[in-house]
Amino acid sequence: MQSWIPLIPESASSFSWKVDALYFYLVGVTLFFALLIYIGLIFFTVRYRRRTPYEIPRPIAGSHKLETIWTIIPFVIAMTMFGWGARVYFEQYKPPENAIEIYVVGKQWMWKLQHATGQREINELHVPVGRKVRLIMTSEDVIHDFFVPAFRTKADVVPGRYTTMWFEATKPGKYHLFCAEYCGMNHSGMIGSVYVMEPRDFDNWLAGNTGSSTPAAAGQQLYQTLGCVSCHGANGEGGRGPTLAGLFGRATPLEGGQTINADEAYIRESILNPGVKIVAGFTPIMPTFQGQVTEDQLVQLIAFIKSLPGGTGAPGAAPDASPAASAPLPSPRTASSPSGSPTENVR
Amino acid sequence: MIESHATTEGIHGHPALQHHFENMEQQREAGTIGMWVFLVTEIMFFGGMFLAYALYRSYYPASFASASNHLDITLGAVNTAVLIVSSFTMALAVYFTQVGKQRPQVICLALTLVLGLTFLGIKAVEYHDKYTDHLIPGRLIPSAPFGPAVQEEGQPLDHHKVHLLPGATLPQVEMFYWIYFAMTGMHALHMIIGAGLLTFLLIYSIKGRFDPEYHSPVEIVGLYWHFVDIVWIFLFPLLYLLGRHFEHG
Amino acid sequence: MQPIESFEVPVPPKVNYINAKYGLKSWLLTKDHKRIALLYLGSITFFFFIGGLYALMIRLELLTPQGDLMESTTYNKVFTQHGIIMIFFFLIPSIPATLGNFLIPMMIGAKDLAFPRINLLSWYVYLIGGIITIYALLAGGVDTGWTFYTPFSTTFSNSYVVATGLGIFINGFSSILTGLNFIVTIHTMRAPGMTWFRMPLFLWSHYATSLIMILGTPVVAITILLLAFERVSGVGIFNPALGGDPVLFQHLFWFYSHPAVYIMVLPSMGVVSELVANFSRKNIFGYSFVAFSSLAIAVFGFLVWGHHLFVASQSVYAGMIFSFLSFAVAIPSAIKVFNWTATLYKSSISYDTPMLYALGFIGLFTIGGMTGLFLASLAVDVHVSDTYFVVAHFHYIMVGGAMMGYLGGLHYWWPKISGRMYPEGWGRFSALVIFVGFNLTFLPQFVAGYLGMPRRYHAYPPEFQVFNVLSTAGASILGFGMLIPAIYFVWSMRYGRHAGSNPWNLPGLEWRTQSPPPTENFEVTPIVTWEAYEFAPPEETEVVGKFGPEPERI
Repeated sequence: MQSWIPLIPESASSFSWKVDALYFYLVGVTLFFALLIYIGLIFFTVRYRRRTPYEIPRPIAGSHKLETIWTIIPFVIAMTMFGWGARVYFEQYKPPENAIEIYVVGKQWMWKLQHATGQREINELHVPVGRKVRLIMTSEDVIHDFFVPAFRTKADVVPGRYTTMWFEATKPGKYHLFCAEYCGMNHSGMIGSVYVMEPRDFDNWLAGNTGSSTPAAAGQQLYQTLGCVSCHGANGEGGRGPTLAGLFGRATPLEGGQTINADEAYIRESILNPGVKIVAGFTPIMPTFQGQVTEDQLVQLIAFIKSLPGGTGAPGAAPDASPAASAPLPSPRTASSPSGSPTENVR
Repeated sequence: MIESHATTEGIHGHPALQHHFENMEQQREAGTIGMWVFLVTEIMFFGGMFLAYALYRSYYPASFASASNHLDITLGAVNTAVLIVSSFTMALAVYFTQVGKQRPQVICLALTLVLGLTFLGIKAVEYHDKYTDHLIPGRLIPSAPFGPAVQEEGQPLDHHKVHLLPGATLPQVEMFYWIYFAMTGMHALHMIIGAGLLTFLLIYSIKGRFDPEYHSPVEIVGLYWHFVDIVWIFLFPLLYLLGRHFEHG
Repeated sequence: MQPIESFEVPVPPKVNYINAKYGLKSWLLTKDHKRIALLYLGSITFFFFIGGLYALMIRLELLTPQGDLMESTTYNKVFTQHGIIMIFFFLIPSIPATLGNFLIPMMIGAKDLAFPRINLLSWYVYLIGGIITIYALLAGGVDTGWTFYTPFSTTFSNSYVVATGLGIFINGFSSILTGLNFIVTIHTMRAPGMTWFRMPLFLWSHYATSLIMILGTPVVAITILLLAFERVSGVGIFNPALGGDPVLFQHLFWFYSHPAVYIMVLPSMGVVSELVANFSRKNIFGYSFVAFSSLAIAVFGFLVWGHHLFVASQSVYAGMIFSFLSFAVAIPSAIKVFNWTATLYKSSISYDTPMLYALGFIGLFTIGGMTGLFLASLAVDVHVSDTYFVVAHFHYIMVGGAMMGYLGGLHYWWPKISGRMYPEGWGRFSALVIFVGFNLTFLPQFVAGYLGMPRRYHAYPPEFQVFNVLSTAGASILGFGMLIPAIYFVWSMRYGRHAGSNPWNLPGLEWRTQSPPPTENFEVTPIVTWEAYEFAPPEETEVVGKFGPEPERI
């Protein structure tokens, strides 16, 4: 138990000090202006206190010079805050290369997480120190929010769309995980822990927890049982339906002349509402899978499609279980926090 | 510093002048500005729904076109004409009040009222058609939940069935009808209120309460009526016309 | 010039708006803006105490980290209802519907608002909305948070969402009608000589507030209506399971609810402008800058709603635009604070209770406003949004800002409203108690928030307890401080010293008539020949009509 009261939370990610630095700058500016005002107020109220009951001080109309000064100076200072804040924010949402991908599904009132290597966790997340980790998140019911104060980052987890966030942990330890968006009865119980581990410990942990199959393998299983094979081919090489191998992250031409970047949101939509965006040259014959697949299964199917090798679907290749090699880099537009414009996410 | 302000006292003794106004001119101005401010409020009120419409139209163009095609364009067009004519008669009523001609004033107000009720009647017919086709969204009417029949390819054309364009889905068609009923329903509510106001005007007009000096109630209700009319002028193309080319080339 | 009343022992006027008519009916059917203001004063005080009771329950619950005082479902209802009552039924109507209603006609030299019947209607609409909401609370309450975020509110909540929504929807019309009435009144009812730039700044800020009321409220009205229908009918434009967009709700909601913050704080700024000028007997430094900054806040206020959605899956670029605009809206507020401070230079400052509240407002609003910059700053907002940092920030604006202004204004105009003085000593004491209690309650929450304590948590990790204990201690002091004025205002209505028409010796039109004023405010329509805040010796500040000297020149 520490004897002093902390003023900032633990710093455990590559953003922490960046956010803290900006925070301290803001605190400094606030203190400066607050003191300026307070000293002015106190000085004036003492110095110019009323001495005789009906005295009438000489009126002063104002000063354009002063008004201009105290319009422009605060504006310039505000712009430094804006620029600084925007730069760090942009960095927080620029998707990292070679990140470990972890799928997160929020539901009332628990976090379900799955590593690309198959390990499932509930309300706990184990990550290695010094590796970039990207979370691909969705919700089964209401809006939640994945918040790790020590990492200085959070993002809403919204039903019906995928949001992403990423971090790079810098200090081993156990940190709070909170749901920060009010989600009903047990909102305050939707908490957990993030364990940041040394890479070797993390590998040991991975090795000791090989319970279920990887999301990609599970997705492949689903791909068979749902009958996707009959149109999209055993390895996504296509047929009556468009080719899936190498689809992910690629610009795909649609019927009607538009082009869409095949990201998680697009694949999800195409499974649930196949008729909405049809790949050029195909007819809308695919049935909807709305109500037949859960959010977890959707995530697995997407993981499977992502894992298919690019180009002409190398037959028989088992879905790749190595976390680092999976997703090709999506364009910044789609991965920017909640990917691109809202119109792109829900249709 | 203080001077007593006696210029307006006792000069304007019009029976309709309320005690807190200095004169009829001030009273008329207050009423008119009040109605304009109120109409600004109304624009914002409908604005929220227009935003929702625009958003989902851009999300689901095919479904919105399919649903829009199912609306009865003839009835919609007739209703548009009815409203435009009613705006004309309303404008005439204001004019005749200003120049103090009571008989034509009464006739124009009555005509406006009749045209307004005609609009509501046609709207009711349209709503009933939607009801029989099971197009009332959700469980709004518990006994007739949303569930229209879908026109299959190759089947004989049945205008009670919804024809889904490629890419359209029924839940999204339901979304269209939800917005359709919200917007036209809100518009119809305004029409009903307008008809009520017109009824009062008609009664007062028959009693001869208005004169060239006191005509602001007619003017103000006129403003309201034109506004409700203009809302429809936007609703008709947005709901009935946009997207017809998908179906009709 | 003959001496006026304030030099003599004040004698209460025989006939005034309070005793002009008797009986319950004369109050419930009144069209007098002053009586309607009192009706509002009574009803918002009632709601304030309900909201305060909920605040007390929140603070008691959070005293311990385990969440052992009440069930989490109860706690969720308590904080939701605290927010709904305080925002929709206390803060939004507080200053406009009471002080604004009472003073706008008096300050411009009118007999009443432009539409007295609509004014009364707005109170009844408020009351009906309030009763429906109270019904919802008694029937079982509502647990969605005052923000009603979808799809929780449409699909998952099992509480009285529709009834509460209906209450708020109806209440919204009260706000719209009040705003409409104020705009028309300020446009058309000004006495001869009362030009726009002779108006007290109170009127400018109310004009700006009214603009927000008429432009913003209809949007939240339709949003809540759609939400309620969605819940009833099971179709949804906000429900992702039905193809809707839950974030659309947030956009529509904050399009009103961010400007609504300015509905709460702008009138308070108007009050503070009055207090600073009148209690330092000095015209406001840079009158036109303060006046136009109110309008600028009203306009910019509509362009910044997206800063509530920085982590809500909005695009990065939208976030940047909204962040930029949010910084821009801070500038007019800063201008006001600088001008108020500059007004004090070479002035004559009294330490009466209203001035203490005004100084408290400037102090707290500075903190509240500056911490708003933390939230406008994207990277910091990502960390602190939905934490206690946000809670502390908006309480600094709403309680430290709006509430301080409201109490200051109530003390300042109390002699005019009631005809009697409040006890000055108790007034100063309670102002200090409230100031200390407030800071003790909410300063620790900034720290707790930056440390990561999420808001709306019924139980929390034990390391945050120290801040919550401080907060609860502060809240007890704050609550105690609030009780003192409630008691002495009631006491003073009967036992307070008679105030006389112009106890503060000020030039504003409202002080140039008797206290309490007659039903028609002035015996004759005044002609304004002076600028705002043109201070004069007491013998030159004349009372309009038979209470003052006869005019010497026509």
